[in-house]
Amino acid sequence: MLELVVKLVLLAAAFAVLPLLVGQTEHKVMAHMQARLGPMYAGAFHGWAQLVADGVKFVQKEDVVPRAADRRIFKLAPAVALVPYLIVLVVVPIGPDGQVVLDLRVGLFFALAVMGVGVIGAIMAGWASANKYALLGGMRVAAQLMSYELPMVLAAASAAMAAGTLSLTGIVEEWRWWWLPWQAIGAVVFFVAGLAELRRPPFDMPVADSEIVFGPYTEYGGLRFALFLLAEYAGIVVLSALTTVLFLGGWKGPFLETELGWLWTLLKVFALSFVVIWLRVSYPRLREDQLQRLAWAWLVPLSLLQLALTGVVKVAMA
Amino acid sequence: MVSYFGSYLVIAVLLLVGAGIVGGALAANRMLRPHRPTAEKLTTYECGVDPVGEGWAQSHVRYYVFAYLYVVFAVDAVFLFPWATVFAAPGFGMTTLVEMFVFLGFLFTGLIYAGRKGVLSWV
Repeated sequence: MLELVVKLVLLAAAFAVLPLLVGQTEHKVMAHMQARLGPMYAGAFHGWAQLVADGVKFVQKEDVVPRAADRRIFKLAPAVALVPYLIVLVVVPIGPDGQVVLDLRVGLFFALAVMGVGVIGAIMAGWASANKYALLGGMRVAAQLMSYELPMVLAAASAAMAAGTLSLTGIVEEWRWWWLPWQAIGAVVFFVAGLAELRRPPFDMPVADSEIVFGPYTEYGGLRFALFLLAEYAGIVVLSALTTVLFLGGWKGPFLETELGWLWTLLKVFALSFVVIWLRVSYPRLREDQLQRLAWAWLVPLSLLQLALTGVVKVAMA
Repeated sequence: MVSYFGSYLVIAVLLLVGAGIVGGALAANRMLRPHRPTAEKLTTYECGVDPVGEGWAQSHVRYYVFAYLYVVFAVDAVFLFPWATVFAAPGFGMTTLVEMFVFLGFLFTGLIYAGRKGVLSWV
């Protein structure tokens, strides 16, 4: 019981800290890739406290709910967007021998199901705002979820087939280095589809700040807007963690797996988060029709190919 | 190891923790923020001009065919998961593999059909 409480406290702490770390990394990495300095003032040393300062500012801002909005849904939406990412983390193992809060036997299925709920927050926000931009953004969010959920689920099923279990801990235990080439297509499909579900650039057509002024978040300001931002960064952490666990071997590394497994997991999560930021800086936004085309003409067939490959290799080895 | 219902109890507790985090932040916000609503502040945002009509406007839902496709494919994909854990178990092997190709064949034919019908293009 005590162990479980400690684990839950650690989980909540990780949920509070990791997204901020990714956010700060994004500030600095983007700035340097664009030949700027990024935040330098807050906290004195290279602006490390910038996001803390942002938080202090957000919490003092007025809470404006537009007169035309559907009040209750409008106010609830940020929570629906944020909390699922906390709940997904419960099944993500960070080390061997039970370094996970809950080793659910249907862990993978659970993670995918709960991750999908986060998107509903954005759709709720888009509808409840009673704003044309928000509605348009909400529609695009819904369309994007439907197109990219499928390749994501199929790619994840490939990892489950390879491991022969749905438990995330079990998948990492079964993982061997040669899964990297074997599951490479699945890993790329999963990661790209996940990015699209998080509406990260270059898949940020639904929020497109320069075209439909942040889509579903148009009417949001102050703390509720900050919660949506936090949800985006928490989503990056969750996506990176799931990709790590399913395709990159989680806590496994070249040495000291049992002692420093959690460190390997964190390293891989941060490396993938860096890639997420890198892609944002490198690629222009996809147009809505290009976005749908990528999902249906590329990712879905590729994930079916990966399923076939996984099945053949697995049966041939058995 | 936590029991079956015990593990979902943990998730319920975590849901409360999550609600606590959001609720706590909003409660702090409530104590610290000003509250001065004006009629202009509460109007719908439309790039600074007076809003035209209401926000819940009619628009062309282009993706309803995607929605159908998604439902069909997702229901199929759900069946993959229980199958994925046992398909290579002793005594299955070739049979299940052939079954998988039949399954993938159906999915792929469906996708090509949808593509040929032109429902996979946005406009």
